[in-house]
Amino acid sequence: MAGVRGYGGGIVGRFSDEPDEYPGVKEYHTARLNQIEGFFYTSDVLRKLADICDEHAGGLFNFHGSTGDIQILGFKQEEAEELFQKCTHLGFDLGGSGSALRTPSCCVGPARCEWATYDTLHITDNLTREFQNEMHRPTFNYKFKIKCAGCPNDCIASGARSDLSIVGVWKANIRIDQKEVAEYAKKFDIKKYVVDKCPTHCMDYTDGKLTIDDSNCVKCMHCINSMPKALRPGLEKGAQIRIGAKVPMVQDPRLGFILIPFYDVNKDKEEDYAFLKDLIQKIWDFWDEYGTNRERVGELIQRVGVGNFLEAIGLDPLPEMVEYPRANPFIKFEEYLVPDDEEEGKEG
Amino acid sequence: MPDVDKGTVRITDIGPPHYEDFLPPIIKRNYGKWLYHEILKPGVMVHVSESGEKLYTVRVGSTRIVSSDFVREISDLADKYCGGYLKFTTRNNLEFLLDKEENIEPLIKEVQALGFPVGGIDHSLGNIVHTQGWLHCHTSASYASGVVKALMDEFYDYFVSDKLPAKVRMAFACCLNMCGSVGASDIAIVGMHRRPPRVMADRVKDLCEIPSTIAACPVDAVRPKTIDGKPSVEIDEDRCVYCGNCYTVCPALPIADPLNDGVAIFIGGKVSNARTKPTFSKLVVPWLPNNPPRWPEVIEAVRTILEAYKEGARKGERVAEWIDRIGWPKFFKITGFEFTKYHIDDFRIR
Repeated sequence: MAGVRGYGGGIVGRFSDEPDEYPGVKEYHTARLNQIEGFFYTSDVLRKLADICDEHAGGLFNFHGSTGDIQILGFKQEEAEELFQKCTHLGFDLGGSGSALRTPSCCVGPARCEWATYDTLHITDNLTREFQNEMHRPTFNYKFKIKCAGCPNDCIASGARSDLSIVGVWKANIRIDQKEVAEYAKKFDIKKYVVDKCPTHCMDYTDGKLTIDDSNCVKCMHCINSMPKALRPGLEKGAQIRIGAKVPMVQDPRLGFILIPFYDVNKDKEEDYAFLKDLIQKIWDFWDEYGTNRERVGELIQRVGVGNFLEAIGLDPLPEMVEYPRANPFIKFEEYLVPDDEEEGKEG
Repeated sequence: MPDVDKGTVRITDIGPPHYEDFLPPIIKRNYGKWLYHEILKPGVMVHVSESGEKLYTVRVGSTRIVSSDFVREISDLADKYCGGYLKFTTRNNLEFLLDKEENIEPLIKEVQALGFPVGGIDHSLGNIVHTQGWLHCHTSASYASGVVKALMDEFYDYFVSDKLPAKVRMAFACCLNMCGSVGASDIAIVGMHRRPPRVMADRVKDLCEIPSTIAACPVDAVRPKTIDGKPSVEIDEDRCVYCGNCYTVCPALPIADPLNDGVAIFIGGKVSNARTKPTFSKLVVPWLPNNPPRWPEVIEAVRTILEAYKEGARKGERVAEWIDRIGWPKFFKITGFEFTKYHIDDFRIR
C-alpha cells in the first residue's frame, strides 16, 4: 500500500509486476496535489515543486491529471511522508482519490474570461476547503466529482463527467453593441453564420440591426461566441446546477440532468455558499443511505427514480429536469378517491 | 488551519494554495472586468478589460506528462516575459500571459526553439487530452502518450493553424474506465482489451483477498472457485467487460494482452452547449491494433475522419453537427469504415 498518515487517499500506489528485473521502478507511486484554482502558478512555486519532485520522486509530473490535480510521479513509500510534508509546507495539499470527493476544479472564469457569470475560482476554492475531510478520507460509495464552469461553453467539461456540475447562465437580455455588430458584418455573413444557427430562431438581422427575442433564448452561447465584441451575456447572472454525469463505469456514460435551473450563486456567495453546501449535504446523505458500493449518484437516481430523489432532497419537479415528459402510461397514482364508507384518512 | 511553525509541525487538510496569490497583477486589476477577446492569430489572443488594459495569451501545446527540467524551462520563460506568472489549461496546454504586445513574437520564438508548438485556439485541432497508458497504469490497453505523440506529430498543422470547419477536440483514454473522460469529444480514442483477465490460479491465494476481488467486479463476473485444492477465482467471460478493476485489487489477474489489446475510435461528442446539446461520442472503429512506435492504423483512421469532416462540414459545424446533418449511413459511406454488429449497442447490465 502507498499513502501518508491520516489520509485515505491522494496517493496512488503503483508497483511493478517484475520488481527483480526492474528494481528502479519496483515502487513508482503517484501523489495527487490539489491544483491552484484556474491552474495559475508562479515560476517560484513551480521550481520548488520541481525540486521536491527531483529529490523525492522520479522527476516527472502531470500538468495536470484529468480531474485537475498536479501529479508527481515515481516515488517509493519510504519517501511519501517527507514528500507530502514538503508539499504542505509549500502550501500544497493532497487531492482526492478512491471513493471520496475528488478534487473540485473549474474553468479560468472571471480571471480571464468575459463570459463567466460567477466567480468559478472562488466557489471551487471555497468548496474544496469546506470538504477537506470528504476529499482526504474516503467514506463514499464511489467517487464524487464537482466542477464549475463559468458559462454554457463549459470549458471544464463539467456536464459530461461531474456528479455535480455548476454551469453559469444569466436571465436578463443579451447586451448588444450595434456598432460592433456592424463591424462584424464587414467580416462575415451575420444572417448565415449567427442568426440562422440560433437553435430557437430567436434572432433577427434586418437592415443592419440585430434583434434578439430573449424570452426564447436558451443561452447556448453561439451568437456570443461568434461576436464577442458585439454581444455579451445578460445581467442577472447565476448558474445552473446539474447532477449525475459520469463516464462509462458501470452502467454506460451519462450526461446529468438539470437539478436547479437558476441558482443565485452570486447571492449565495455572500452567505458562504450556504444553500449549495446544504444541497450537497442532502445529496450525499441520500446517496449514503440508499446507494450501493460503486454506484455513482447518477446511477442511484436512475435506479430509485428521479421523483423519489427529488422528494428526498426537498426539490419540486420542473420541466427543465427532463428531456420530455413520460411517454408510457404506467403511473402509480398517489392520489385517488375511495367510497365514503371506507373513508379513513386514505387521501394518499 | 492552525498557525503553525512551518518546518516543525505536520500540516494537514490545508486545501490548495490560494489562487489570489498566483494571479498576475494585470489579472488582479481586471478580475471580472473583461469586456471581450479577439483571436489575433493561431495560438494568440487578447482580452480587453473595461479599463482598456489588454492581456495577451500565448497558448503552447504541452505534453501533459512533463519533466522537472521542462518545468524549470517554462519558469525561466515566465520570468523573462510574464513577470514570473503562467498558467495551464484544462486541455493540458501551457499559457503565457503577457501585458506587452511586443513580447509576443520573441516569446513564441523561444517556445518554438524549445520544441513546443503555439496554437490550439479557435478552428484548430486542440491539444489531445490523455491518460497515463502503459507508462504508468496497470489496466491500460494502449500507450496513451505514444499514440498521442504520433497523432500530434502527424496533425501538427491542424494545431498551429485554424483551417478546420470548427474546433476539433480529441482525447485518448487508455482503457474503458475513461479516466480522461474522453467520451464527449469530437474524436475519442479508447484503449480496448478483448479478453478477460487471466487467472494465475496458484498465486491468487498468496497475492489477493478473494472477497474484495469479487467485490471489485462491477458486473459480478468474478466468482470464488477452488482450483487444484487452492482457493481461487474464476471469471465469467460472458459477463466480463474488460475493465481491469479486479486486477487493481488482485495482481494475480493480469489483463494486459499484447496479442489482443488495441484501440477503438468514437466520434461526434461535444460538451459545449452552443447550438446543439452536449452529447457523447459514438463508435466508428471498434478495434485497431497497437502498432508502436507510430500507430499507422490509428493515424490513417483519424486522417480519414478529419479529411471527410474538413471536406463535408460547413463552416462552424462541429463533427457531431456535421454527422447529424448528413446521417450516419452517409458517414460510413464516405469514410469507408465498415459498419459491423459491434456498432449496434447490445450492452445490458444483467
